[in-house]
Amino acid sequence: MDSYDAPELTPRQDASSRLKDFFIGATPLQKRLESVRKQTSFIPTPPRRKIPQGSQLQEDVDPQKFAFLLHKQWTLYSLTPLYKSSYTNFKEYSKLLNAFIAAEKQKGLAVEVGDDFNIKVVFSTLMGVKGTQRDPEAFLVQILSKSQLPSEHREGKVLWTGWFCCVFGDSLLETVSEDFTCLPLFLVNGAETNTAIIGTWFQKTFDCYFRPLAINAFNLSWMAAMWTACKMDHYMATTEFLWSVPCSPHSLDISYAIHPEDAKALWDSVHKTPGEVTQEEVDLFMDCLYSHFHRHFKIHLSATRLVRVSTSVASAHTDGKIKILCPKYLIGVLAYLTELAVFQIE
Amino acid sequence: MSSQKKVNSWARKRTSQDSSSYQTRLSAWRVKEDLNDSKSISKCGQNNTVEDYEGADDQAENALQIALRYFEKGPIKTSQNKEKHLKTVENVAWKNGLAPEGIDILLSVALSGKFGIAVNTRIFKCMIPATLISEDSVVKAVSWLCAGKCSGSTKVLFYRWLVAMFDFIDHKEQINLLYGFFFASLQDDALCPYVCHLLYLLTKKENVKPFRVRKLLDLQAKMGMQPHLQALLSLYKFFVPTLISVSLPMRKKIYFKNSENLWKTALLALKPRNPGFPSEPLKLMLTNVYPIKRKWNSHSIIPVLNSCNYSKESRKKRMNLSDYLSSNGSFPLEQLKSFPQLLQNIHCLELPSQMGAVLNSSLLLHYINCVRDESVLLRLYHWLSQTLQEECNWYKVNNYDHGKEFANFLDTILRAECFLQEGFYSCEAFLYKSLPLWDGLCCRSQFLQLVSWIPFSSFSEMKPLLFDHLSRLFFTSSIFFKCSILQCLKELLQNWLLWLSMDIHVKSVRNSPLETTLGGSMNSVSELIHYVGWLSTTAVRLESNRTFLLHFILDFYEKVVCDIYINYNLPLVVLFPPGVFYPVLLSLDSSILNQLCYIMDRYHKNLTAAKKNEFVHKTKSEFSFSSKTYQEFNQYLTAMVGCLWTSRPFQKGLYIDPEVLGNASVAEYKKSLNLVHHPAFLSYTVSFLLQECPEERKVNMSSIRGKKWNWYLDYLYSEGLHGLKHFIRSSIHRSSVP
Repeated sequence: MDSYDAPELTPRQDASSRLKDFFIGATPLQKRLESVRKQTSFIPTPPRRKIPQGSQLQEDVDPQKFAFLLHKQWTLYSLTPLYKSSYTNFKEYSKLLNAFIAAEKQKGLAVEVGDDFNIKVVFSTLMGVKGTQRDPEAFLVQILSKSQLPSEHREGKVLWTGWFCCVFGDSLLETVSEDFTCLPLFLVNGAETNTAIIGTWFQKTFDCYFRPLAINAFNLSWMAAMWTACKMDHYMATTEFLWSVPCSPHSLDISYAIHPEDAKALWDSVHKTPGEVTQEEVDLFMDCLYSHFHRHFKIHLSATRLVRVSTSVASAHTDGKIKILCPKYLIGVLAYLTELAVFQIE
Repeated sequence: MSSQKKVNSWARKRTSQDSSSYQTRLSAWRVKEDLNDSKSISKCGQNNTVEDYEGADDQAENALQIALRYFEKGPIKTSQNKEKHLKTVENVAWKNGLAPEGIDILLSVALSGKFGIAVNTRIFKCMIPATLISEDSVVKAVSWLCAGKCSGSTKVLFYRWLVAMFDFIDHKEQINLLYGFFFASLQDDALCPYVCHLLYLLTKKENVKPFRVRKLLDLQAKMGMQPHLQALLSLYKFFVPTLISVSLPMRKKIYFKNSENLWKTALLALKPRNPGFPSEPLKLMLTNVYPIKRKWNSHSIIPVLNSCNYSKESRKKRMNLSDYLSSNGSFPLEQLKSFPQLLQNIHCLELPSQMGAVLNSSLLLHYINCVRDESVLLRLYHWLSQTLQEECNWYKVNNYDHGKEFANFLDTILRAECFLQEGFYSCEAFLYKSLPLWDGLCCRSQFLQLVSWIPFSSFSEMKPLLFDHLSRLFFTSSIFFKCSILQCLKELLQNWLLWLSMDIHVKSVRNSPLETTLGGSMNSVSELIHYVGWLSTTAVRLESNRTFLLHFILDFYEKVVCDIYINYNLPLVVLFPPGVFYPVLLSLDSSILNQLCYIMDRYHKNLTAAKKNEFVHKTKSEFSFSSKTYQEFNQYLTAMVGCLWTSRPFQKGLYIDPEVLGNASVAEYKKSLNLVHHPAFLSYTVSFLLQECPEERKVNMSSIRGKKWNWYLDYLYSEGLHGLKHFIRSSIHRSSVP
């Protein structure tokens, strides 16, 4: 024990001093742990949220630019912060990822000589898809098929699209250091083999971790309430709920479609606090739907499992699939999804 | 050709080995053949199935052997049988695949030209391996090609088959020795594309020779730009770029016609039925690996140790010569093999691209232990917490294999924690999240060990997250589970005390601002001890004083709690609760009582040391023990001495109404708990007395008095009751002999 009185630093001492840092709660790691503790000990989600307001995109951003993000089914993943990634190196990343995909796809095909792989990987930023100035810029990765004829210059077909974003991700941003880029939400559309290869590359290159982001029934009801509460100029789709009854041999699905204006009217009748949605309101909204259904069909929907919610704003499936329909509320939808992703990685 | 000899001798050995069984089968088959009636055979088969439950399999095996034997012998005129045997072989091959021996035989048959082209074609089509193909069979087949007995189309079929089955051949060294032979076959126009494909698979760098390049260029000049020749040329160019100066078109997707399509479906169908199927043919598996598993890194949970690829490459690009000369360069992880190496290069070590890889490397764990870079720890934190949640198998439905994998993963983490003598924060966070969902069974030992490595922190904060869930499990589980929880809490306390004792030393050197929180830390520790005391009290009642449980409870106090002041130099003494002390004092087991004596002795020593220290320093620090601790201890001590020594039990503290004792007809109770009469010592008393006068039928226990009492004590000590010895030496002044 005497050696510890010596002024030289020993590794062990360092470790202890690190331990001490944790007592003060100064390090990002400690902040993370504290937030985990808080989350675990208290109710996991805040009992109130803001109703998404109209377009929250920065003013200089053209909403048409994001049209390709709408009306497409995206599979959701949560993603831990990317280590040492840089927006200035996109060109290099595309090259490396291109090579990696080529190598992966041709595993087992002996030696492939020369660059004859007909795909092209493109990295690009999605300027403006963020909630606050602190949120890092979202970015997009696409795999395009190169046209066979070298003379043709037009862009090839999009084979796979994935994008990374962070909308109002303050709680996560606070807990990491500058070496990391926080883009906790990853949305993908395309073949799963490609997702696996590209995800593996990202995990290897930026030491991050992808996890499929499922949406539980509790959060689906929140989505139903928040999206019903959104003001719409005209409704594009009916409001529809899908419940699943687990019974053998095949589970039974109950679909419940409501005219969107009726849904809005129901919401207005339970809604009290302006601009906000509270847990009580969500519960009440769902209870009203349940009791209405029970009156007609004598089925207690509360005993079944909510698996899908579709509204004019967006539709979400419990498997972690989402389709955003209304450009006006793109940011609002992403904000809630970011919140869920951040919760999953904490 | 030496290899051929080997094959032949092997074949001979095999036939001689089971020649007897072969013979009987063969004779049986001959009888049937003589009858030359397929109907009677099928009848015979039916009888077999009635006779023997396992008949079907055996029968198929027999039929296959007979068929192979038939083909080996060569054609016999009755074509009906040929058809039947072909069918047999085909059925088995498509259902289960053929053993290496079967393929060996059929390959020779097909290439020896004994049968017609149609039969050979069918044989080739059904030559599907069950496991592997012996390299020797292929070498033997090549020697048949030299014999020139087979037609061109059979040769083509052979090469196509060889290309398709290339990944299933167990070794390729000898086949590579035949490279020259295959290369010479390029001259045959019909064979050329397939031989090219085979060579493409077979070529190593040392096979690329100038004369071969010349030959290939000649062929290309003769036949024009053929994709297969181009493929081989570009491969040669890849290996030895200097040899080939002609430019080859780069954009070419398909070099070879898919020659394996004849067998592809069969091989795919074969895979799931044979669990031991080699994983070598990756192209077959890649197509269905990903959709089934949502997990991407299918090989192992923990990433492989790789130094950062990307940064290395980019750095290389940007560094010019002067940079190279000025910098020492970084030390690649792959070269790190020993601890001295680590020490020499610790300043320029290249970190792994995925921090999770450090779990498998003890050298890097050393590094992690002393690194000050927060981002390293954050990377590890994120990776570990996500992986734990993703892999955690009690989130999933019963998946035994997966459970094993997860347990192994936890073991690796635990090894690392044990190595570092420090818990990971991700594991703590994982415990908070998963403990409420834990069934108490899954990976129990690993899970409890994880608990014991939770880093020190405020008990009151951790209680709702961890200890409340743990107590719920504790009270509802078996005595064994209770004992393992006590064990794990003991280890947790030990780890905490170790950290704290180290921390105090560092503080005294650095004069850190945290001095004031020591009281808080001690509070946390004492709360943990009280928590275990509370668990124990309740458990003792639930399990009605089971000795097994008492042993684990006392172990907690004996190994850690009673010696905190002396062993860890921390200002803390916490006694056990009465709910533990009294059941132990009245225990029927002498070893338990002995343990109690030992613990009381250690408490005595710790408290005396503390008092002495306080007296020396004359400082009333905030850590001086409250008089309550001393009072409590004295109370226990009095009770023990009163019971065991002075025969005046329970004068103070615990009061028992004499009337109750009278009703229980224990009038003379005072002596009944002393060293002689205490139920735990009764057997010692009796054997002590019998030692003196072995003939005695009745022993007089009250005769143990005065000098005899001392002899009796010596007897007890000699029986190994050292705790008692220590206790009596330290707590009882022997001036007054009772």
